[in-house]
Amino acid sequence: MAEAAFTVAFAGPLVTVQDAGRPGHMRFGVPASGAMDRLAFDAANAALGNESGQTGIEISLGGLILQCTQGPVTVAIAGGDFTVQLGSQKTRSWTVLTVQKGERLSITAGKAGSWAYLAVAGRIMAPEWLGRQATHSTSGFGGGALQTGQTITLSDASLREDRLGDIRKPDFQASGPIRVVTGPQDQHFAKETVARFLSDSFTVSDAYDRMGMRLKGPELPLAGALSIPSEPIVRGSVQVSGDGVPTVLLADHQTTGGYPKIATVISPDIDRLAQYRAGQSLRCVEITSAQAVAEARSYALGKADYLAEVSVARGTLAQRLMRENLNHGCVFD
Amino acid sequence: MAPEFKAIADHALLVTFADEISDSAHGAVLALDAALGAAPPEGMIETVPAMVNLLVSFDPIVTDHDAIKTHVQGCLRATIEAPSAGTSRIVQVCYDAPFSPDLEAVSAATGLAPESVIQAHLAGDFRVLMYGFAPGYAYLSGVAKAIQVPRKPAPVRDVPAGSVIIAGPQCLVTTLTMPTGWSIIGRSPTAILTGDADHPFLFDVGDRVTFERIDAATFAKLNKAGADG
Repeated sequence: MAEAAFTVAFAGPLVTVQDAGRPGHMRFGVPASGAMDRLAFDAANAALGNESGQTGIEISLGGLILQCTQGPVTVAIAGGDFTVQLGSQKTRSWTVLTVQKGERLSITAGKAGSWAYLAVAGRIMAPEWLGRQATHSTSGFGGGALQTGQTITLSDASLREDRLGDIRKPDFQASGPIRVVTGPQDQHFAKETVARFLSDSFTVSDAYDRMGMRLKGPELPLAGALSIPSEPIVRGSVQVSGDGVPTVLLADHQTTGGYPKIATVISPDIDRLAQYRAGQSLRCVEITSAQAVAEARSYALGKADYLAEVSVARGTLAQRLMRENLNHGCVFD
Repeated sequence: MAPEFKAIADHALLVTFADEISDSAHGAVLALDAALGAAPPEGMIETVPAMVNLLVSFDPIVTDHDAIKTHVQGCLRATIEAPSAGTSRIVQVCYDAPFSPDLEAVSAATGLAPESVIQAHLAGDFRVLMYGFAPGYAYLSGVAKAIQVPRKPAPVRDVPAGSVIIAGPQCLVTTLTMPTGWSIIGRSPTAILTGDADHPFLFDVGDRVTFERIDAATFAKLNKAGADG
């Protein structure tokens, strides 16, 4: 099978190799890692007809510029609203395109979103850790962070002309306030403090990386003892430090910690929260754990339908032109 | 011990046995962890043992908090036997300079000679309480009372992997170069992240740990062997 290769002409901080993550090792201090926005990551793979969870590259606001030294290869870019440039052709994320040898592909911060995903019609050669290529950013274990000057090699690279074009963006996600279940350590806060967390607006601070997102807003004082025993943390835990500042723990979270967790973001809202940028404001709203399970199930169904649709090949160029002519009611000559 | 149950979002249940750290609470955590490992409920993804509680994470498509709680209650009724004693593990440690930058400070704080600090550390009865903070960071209980010192007011940056550090009753062997506010009393060539696919972490929670003293020459030899391997 063909190989393809890119030279990393520029990689900003926190541009990492990611896959579906490595659940099952939290008891050894290892969080699942994987894509910060799992929906966008899955959409990029689906748009190429890849198997779910195939390794791709997560691109931060720092951006990524690749020079193709061996090709061609078809790639998909999804997530946020990033600026994409291939040679002289300028477009945005949520697109599938083919990169030819000698072409330069740049994916940089656009109008919105914090993370974009580059999926490839091929296999990215990168180190594994505990059987996965997902990068754990604090240790660097796994596929690793991309460095300017390095080479990325793809095995089994292919051209998928029947997949070129725009990727439909998901529209089944909830919008509005971020939904949380209070606790599990809400007993360490006064009732008014929990009420304030659920009613006031918070702003995403600059302290935002793969470990977590620190929020700015009203102080959330801890009632009583600061030194609670270290307790398990999950992706979505809202931990409040001794200075009363909340942090939402994300993909590379610590697995245990001694600060109380006032609430936990439900899993269907973590992908959209991860796309917030510093300076954006958000509000949280409480739902019950039973409602959270119901929301997780309906989200899973919505996601499965969406990915199934995105994964359908559009057909050959001739087929697509024919279909578009019919759709637009005009004649191709 | 009747635990408290707390739902975490849509995908986990936290089972808490006590507010304060105690041997009996941690014993109950280990017993439940073992019971769930032996008979996992449908949809369970993993369990995370900590000081006083156990996290049970699950797939909300398959199950829910109530079903997990019912299963846990069944396990609690069934398991009366004490948790296993844990496997004994040996960790080698070199207390010589430059690997023990805080040995003098611990000596000053405790009024013990540096050699007595080392002997007290070697005599500790160490048990793996839980992992946390970073991959392979295993919190060991059992530091002898005579050498229990508080955390430093501010963390020190870039502490090398393999550092043997203590704070209060706890001891830890670091696996990454990271900041720490704990006192650094030695360096170990023993790999906690083993690199073995079948057994990637040296300890399981509940294991017993014995420190074995080595000199700088042995450290250099073992550390080089580890790096080459």
